[in-house]
Amino acid sequence: MPGDLREGRIVIVGASLAGLRAAETLREKGFTGTLTVVGDEPRPPYDRPPLSKQVLLGKAAANATELPTRWDPDAEWRLGVRATGLDPIGKRVLLADGESLPFDRLLIATGTRARPWPNPQEAALDGVFTLRTCDDAGRLADRLAAGPRRVLVIGAGFTGSEIASACRERGIEVTVAERGPAPLVGALGGTLSRLAAGMQRAHGVDLRCGVTVTALRGNGRFTGADLSDGSRIDADVCVVAMGAVRNVEWLADAGLAAGPQGVACDAGCRAFNMYGIVTDDVFVAGDVSRFPHPLFDYQMLSLEHWGNAVAQAEVAAHNMVSPGPLRRPHLAVPVFWSSQFGFNIKSVGVPTFSDQVVIAQGSLAARRLVAVYGYRGRITAAVTVNMAKWLEYYQRLIETAAPFPPGPGAADGHPLVTEFPIPSDVPDPKGLSHGPTVALTGHLPDRRLTVVRRAC
Amino acid sequence: MAVDTLLERINDYASRPDPYPLYAELREVGVARQTDGSYLVGGYYDIAALFHDPRLSSDRRNRAAEFAAPMPQQPSFIQLDDPEHHRLRGLATRPFGPPHSPGRVDAMRGEITGITDQLIASLQGRTRIDIVDDFAYPLPVTVICRLLGVPRDDEPVFHTWATTIIDSLDLTSGADHDERTRAADRAREEMGRYLVGLAEQRRGRPGDDMLSAFINAPKPAALTHDELAATAVLLLIAGHETTVNLITNGVLTLLRHPDQLDLLRREPALLPGAVEELLRYEPPVQLLPQRTPLTDLEVADTTIPKGVPVVLVLASGNRDPKRFRDPDRFDPTRPDNQHLGFGSGIHICYGAPLARIEAQIALGALIPRLGTATLVEDPPPYRHSPVLRGPRHLPIELSPSRG
Repeated sequence: MPGDLREGRIVIVGASLAGLRAAETLREKGFTGTLTVVGDEPRPPYDRPPLSKQVLLGKAAANATELPTRWDPDAEWRLGVRATGLDPIGKRVLLADGESLPFDRLLIATGTRARPWPNPQEAALDGVFTLRTCDDAGRLADRLAAGPRRVLVIGAGFTGSEIASACRERGIEVTVAERGPAPLVGALGGTLSRLAAGMQRAHGVDLRCGVTVTALRGNGRFTGADLSDGSRIDADVCVVAMGAVRNVEWLADAGLAAGPQGVACDAGCRAFNMYGIVTDDVFVAGDVSRFPHPLFDYQMLSLEHWGNAVAQAEVAAHNMVSPGPLRRPHLAVPVFWSSQFGFNIKSVGVPTFSDQVVIAQGSLAARRLVAVYGYRGRITAAVTVNMAKWLEYYQRLIETAAPFPPGPGAADGHPLVTEFPIPSDVPDPKGLSHGPTVALTGHLPDRRLTVVRRAC
Repeated sequence: MAVDTLLERINDYASRPDPYPLYAELREVGVARQTDGSYLVGGYYDIAALFHDPRLSSDRRNRAAEFAAPMPQQPSFIQLDDPEHHRLRGLATRPFGPPHSPGRVDAMRGEITGITDQLIASLQGRTRIDIVDDFAYPLPVTVICRLLGVPRDDEPVFHTWATTIIDSLDLTSGADHDERTRAADRAREEMGRYLVGLAEQRRGRPGDDMLSAFINAPKPAALTHDELAATAVLLLIAGHETTVNLITNGVLTLLRHPDQLDLLRREPALLPGAVEELLRYEPPVQLLPQRTPLTDLEVADTTIPKGVPVVLVLASGNRDPKRFRDPDRFDPTRPDNQHLGFGSGIHICYGAPLARIEAQIALGALIPRLGTATLVEDPPPYRHSPVLRGPRHLPIELSPSRG
């Protein structure tokens, strides 16, 4: 049923940021039909970035991050019930309570969940946590407030690093174990990951890189862990921060191009079926999607970014109720931020889509800098550390495929380091404990990306 | 007329009441080289991009020899680039805003309301008032005096210095201008000595004012005497010579748009949006005259050469139809109003949170009393500066019953 849809039935599966923004946008675009939003958590949509920051610091309650609405979505909320299947012929979403919801258009926005510790018995020990939901954050914050002797964080991606930062700010001893060579290396490459390692150690983190955790110890209660280098960590709290798993299992029999890397869709957010044929009535947005981006050689991107969830949901909603020629592409340049150890880190573009990097402004020594990433002579990303106000300039350079390295002449008296780019040193994600928050799911620029399903 | 005389025409005092047709002329070409060698930029997107362009310096010492302009020995942070700008602005922000003083400005709401109420009470029974002298000027002056810790009674002294400094902010050159610049330098020096003197009195005996915080800051966070002088002069001038225009332009604009005045009287909740619209429609800082490219820049298909003065005409960008629908319409309910009134990038207005609160409270208190008010003169007489543009006086008649 292609074309303009003003009335009829729309179902959104996923009641977090992307689901909410899509629902609002549908009403804003004049959709007057029935709108149902399904979410497996029992709460109304809430914001996740504070869960690893203000909530762990005790500055905000875990249940106080409810998302504000810009526009009353006038939806029927089916919260606390899981979607278990999709019948693409009958155009119905099946729910865990046995009900089925008919739709004219469907939006899949089921996002991700925390990757669990692979050993279920060890994962069940009291004191072992993951961090994804507000309940997770509430439990972890309570445990941190109780003053543990030491926290072990497994995985030094953004979430793991932010958790470690919160622990140190609360004066709690923390060990971070990461299989890769340095924190954040999967997202930022070698140069900035060394800065990240330095700032963790400067803040008193016991950072162990190049190791894996081989076992979690405890008898009912977590007491410590064994590392692959033969050492042992005594700790009373363990946070498993090994990245995310996409919530696609419910689509197993739906005939869609859905797999561990997400649900593939076109630039207009329409899902592909398993034959690579685009569907007309099933749309995808947010962390669960993977979509082609022209700035990055049309590779399929999977982004776990707040900004992408918002932008893609708005495009998907617009396209769900607009006839073909009025549909829009989702072309937003990826943006994310993190705050940890007193640093504000912001990124635009895809730093892992690079072969070289230069420090264009500031310096590593000053702990304030702009790192610009290039691939085969054009700018593909920029990361700022405590210099976010310059990011818009570099975004424009990315959007216009400006030459790499950027020309000299920055107003902060920076010498012409831009003449000396160095390899960006982006590792294969297979070698990391932390799952990448940006996955290029075609091929990496200089090597074939072979990981499809992580061993777990 | 040729676009290379736009700057002269903007600077012409006769243009003060309505410079907007000149800005429209500028937007026709986007970038316009002037007879004195400087470049005007007037398009919203070009200005917004330049705010984030690290190749555009705020430090006049980067100008080519033929455009050299004297700089004070210790420039204030708005005249500097990073990293020096970052260090000084960071120190200046410690007692004013986040991360060290996050609640400071918000905590002043009660005090600003009190000052506003007193000013309104003093107007009781009068049928003719000057919005500038009776209200829009004394309000921010009293606020900035309390915030910095400057005796309110010294206003006649520092106001003379401030006027001299502001009057030097025009865009002409020549003997007349050089004389004004020298006078401004002397005024800046005297004002700096005065403010450092006040701060010194509080060394070891701090009050809750910002001068106390500056002089008693622990060593690594301490400003030198020269830095303190430059920073305090900047804050005192910016704190009271800009908000006066925002409030006065607000009253003038509302009296020119009785339907919108009526709307705001009925729906005071629209006031914050109305203040943003004023910052777009009649920005107190019309243009930023002191940027310099460090390398040749491509802007709107024009190459602006390294080392020349670049003037960012904020008030023109704010009326750019490519960004704002119906830009010459004053619409307090305008959605998506990301104006350039406070600038953007690393030099974004330091005092913006305070200015917003002051204007919201001031206009909120005045609006219920403006129902029967009429402008005595339209346009009113304007101040000299085309940069910090606003009426010198704004006489209005109030009906006796509403007082």
